[in-house]
Amino acid sequence: MSESTMRVTLKVWRQAGPGQAGRFATYTASDVSPDMSFLEMLDVVNEGLTERGESPIAFDHDCREGICGACGMMINGVAHGPMQATTTCQLHMRSFRDGDTITLEPWRAQAFPVIRDLCVDRGALDRIVQAGGFVSVNTGSARDGNAIPIAKTAADAAMDAAACIGCGACVAACPNGSASLFTGAKIAHLGELPQGQPERGRRALSMVTQMDLEHFGGCTLFGECQVACPKAISIDVIARMNRDYWMATLFEREGVATGGDA
Amino acid sequence: MKLDAGIPGGPLQDKWDRHRFEMKLVNPANKRKYHVLVVGSGLAGASAAATLSELGYQVSNFCFQDSPRRAHSIAAQGGINAAKNYQNDGDSIRRLFYDTIKGGDFRAREANVFRLAQVSVQIIDQCVAQGVPFAREYGGLLANRSFGGAQVSRTFYARGQTGQQLLLGAYQALEKEVSRGGVRMYPRTEMLDLIVVDGHARGIVVRDLVTGTVSTHLGHAVVLATGGYGNVFYLSTNAKGSNATAIWRAHRKGAAFANPCFTQIHPTCIPQSGHYQSKLTLMSESLRNDGRVWVPKVANDRRAPGSIPEAERDYYLERKYPSFGNLSPRDIASRAAKEVCDEGRGVGPGGLGVYLDFADAIRRVGEDRIRERYGNLFEMYERITAENPYATPMRIYPAVHYTMGGLWVDYNLMSTIPGLHVVGEANFSDHGANRLGASALMQGLADGYFVLPATIGHYLATAQLPAIGEDHPEVAFAREGVADRLQRLLNVRGKRTVQSFHRELGALMWNDCGMARTADGLRRALTRIPELRQEFWKNVTVPGSGNELNQSLEHAGRVADFLELAELMCLDALHREESCGGHFRSEHQTPDGEARRDDTNFAYVAAWEHTGSNTPPVLHREPLVFETVQLATRSYK
Ligand SMILES: Cc1cc2nc3c(=O)[nH]c(=O)nc-3n(C[C@H](O)[C@H](O)[C@H](O)COP(=O)(O)OP(=O)(O)OC[C@H]3O[C@@H](n4cnc5c(N)ncnc54)[C@H](O)[C@@H]3O)c2cc1C
Ligand code: FES
Repeated sequence: MSESTMRVTLKVWRQAGPGQAGRFATYTASDVSPDMSFLEMLDVVNEGLTERGESPIAFDHDCREGICGACGMMINGVAHGPMQATTTCQLHMRSFRDGDTITLEPWRAQAFPVIRDLCVDRGALDRIVQAGGFVSVNTGSARDGNAIPIAKTAADAAMDAAACIGCGACVAACPNGSASLFTGAKIAHLGELPQGQPERGRRALSMVTQMDLEHFGGCTLFGECQVACPKAISIDVIARMNRDYWMATLFEREGVATGGDA
Repeated sequence: MKLDAGIPGGPLQDKWDRHRFEMKLVNPANKRKYHVLVVGSGLAGASAAATLSELGYQVSNFCFQDSPRRAHSIAAQGGINAAKNYQNDGDSIRRLFYDTIKGGDFRAREANVFRLAQVSVQIIDQCVAQGVPFAREYGGLLANRSFGGAQVSRTFYARGQTGQQLLLGAYQALEKEVSRGGVRMYPRTEMLDLIVVDGHARGIVVRDLVTGTVSTHLGHAVVLATGGYGNVFYLSTNAKGSNATAIWRAHRKGAAFANPCFTQIHPTCIPQSGHYQSKLTLMSESLRNDGRVWVPKVANDRRAPGSIPEAERDYYLERKYPSFGNLSPRDIASRAAKEVCDEGRGVGPGGLGVYLDFADAIRRVGEDRIRERYGNLFEMYERITAENPYATPMRIYPAVHYTMGGLWVDYNLMSTIPGLHVVGEANFSDHGANRLGASALMQGLADGYFVLPATIGHYLATAQLPAIGEDHPEVAFAREGVADRLQRLLNVRGKRTVQSFHRELGALMWNDCGMARTADGLRRALTRIPELRQEFWKNVTVPGSGNELNQSLEHAGRVADFLELAELMCLDALHREESCGGHFRSEHQTPDGEARRDDTNFAYVAAWEHTGSNTPPVLHREPLVFETVQLATRSYK
């Protein structure tokens, strides 16, 4: 617990609506406690703006516990800011210093149009899941949970990939704007488990096809995504996605499904 | 208003089976003619929407987040209960039923809870089949841990992210149905009113949160799966957006609100660090499997925890409740923490904290095992507090966490408005006056995957539901009402921010309707809340307009509803002259400070009927009849 407070200057991207022109606006946050979370600091700035009758800075957030994936912005050009494996909502002001200037921008990617200020439309990620990011079992048809023994290592590996929160930081950090880490994580999660095997090839084909339809860029293995990922998901999942995808193009007979309009 | 729970006859263990046989079915070919509106995409909503679509109904699903996967359920950490008895430690459906009834301090319906325990078993199977990566033992079988209020190990988990993994399972099932065309998803869409036509719930009024457009959706039945109302306290472990608007608007349209004062204060949360605090973070109850709770024996002991010798520590839960110890139920553990802090023995800033110490467990099983069990929680703790819990004990304090109260529903999960069904935390049904850990996930998924999809069919098959259009007077009336109210919020143009009203309401509720309640405090709150509400409508400031993404306007609508709900909570707390579960009335306690329940006068569900903005709500009582369990003083000693 620290006693001293600090003062930071914010340069924030303000944009009134989709397709409108945006600009940076400058605000000062004083009396910032190092124990404040980054979003609490923004709350205080927004309180001030509201009291002055100006419109507060819009940003997405919900759980503020690093799990819902709603929050996310470029902080000084880095997705989710300076702390590794940490979402914006879990970043604390102790990561900054008195007198710092901090630049805030929304995720920048062709597939994520800006809605307002720091909020973007990440619907494309849902449509990638719609294309095949599931196991097709209807409610009621399952057999006993222990009927399929799963090696602890496989369950752990599946869980590592399933930890993805769908925030989109990987896309924002990628010079190509690719969603390969996101897509690979789902393919790896389900592909590690016996339950995911029957649809493995079709899933990879459909999800990768949808990713292309959504104007995400291709992956050239820069590796920026895994650095930006707040859940430290490894780029290995992309290798796995590519393997499943190529195997499927060779052997999969059925057509692909897509997640609907891009 | 008549409350008929519609509990089927016959022995407890046969009721659900018998009921499923007695309910009418919808002909498979006719199912696609029915349109069901599901509001909420958390565990309860996503599982219901996906399953209804699988059955063939047309489903529209709404959530206010930008993706259904972000519903508050995602944040659940510790686990989900099920009576699998995989550990061979004496568990059974009947034991899970009994633990839940007793945990709820005998204020829940036997038949509902028994069904919950029965269905729990299928939930795990369903989730495994979907690919939920539950923790496994080396032999490949599912692993379990223990949770409070139970002496068996029946909690299934996926590291400290159980809610996330269960929700992703339900979300993926939902997206599967979206791609098949059975579900239409409306994210960033908020329900602002219910449409009731000829006494039946037929639609909802929504606002598109991006464009601000207000529109209506009509259908044959409405399902509310909109979560709990803990954020009435401003500070809670709930996600920032969690709110009561959907259920509160439905209440105003005629749905009875049951046991509004039953709220759960969770014992293990990270203490508040400053006045700017925007939410409180839970440290999962599962930590109490290995962590020991203690405070110094004497008041005002300012030494660092490491310099307080064993003999000068008070492991008060182990001392007071030897048979359950650190795994005592939440209400009991929270009150015990408050008690030691009131005695001046609390630790950390302001003396509002107790230690949760892992030193013994680390010595016993090694740091690696502890990291494997709780790694992400320890990291989260360190990120927030900048203290390393492997080296120094965590500091924790109780915080508002869950609301057992909610809209009253019958055995079919239908509210007092025909056609309006309520599932998950939004209803009141299964947890009585205190919910046991790991049973909200169980209830949400039981409701959504298994119960509602069966019962709603009976409603659709038996109700007379003539076609209605957008031009129906009730529909237009509801839509205009919503638009007017939004405009009124924007037009106040006062001086105080929405946030400041919310904070003030929260502080008031925490002080007077929180962990310990008194008649005086509740009366004080009942005078203050209407004043605050009046001031809100005179002096709130909501910048911007209604036809754009406007987060202040969203928040303002929610706080306006909290300002009404808060009053009902206090009224309910004042009328319930007993202590039970999370509802502790200081006037009603035993000499050793335990809750004193009054089964003679209060063994009932309090269901409140809205009668108008300026007239008091009317109380209806649903007596709780216990045929199987014996009402006993709840003891964890
Ligand atoms: C930090 C934390 C940890 C927890 N851990 C556990 C645990 O380990 N085990 C356990 O059993 N329980 C746990 N719980 C409790 C449990 O997570 C919740 O009770 C449960 O997830 C609630 O699910 P739900 O589906 O009812 O609602 P929610 O998940 O809250 O979903 C509500 C949905 O409704 C939507 N919504 C709300 N209002 C509107 C509106 N007006 N218009 C449109 N959409 C709306 C939201 O967008 C959302 O999709 C925990 C709770 C918290 C806070
Ligand atoms: S707000 Fe949920 S991850 Fe940041």
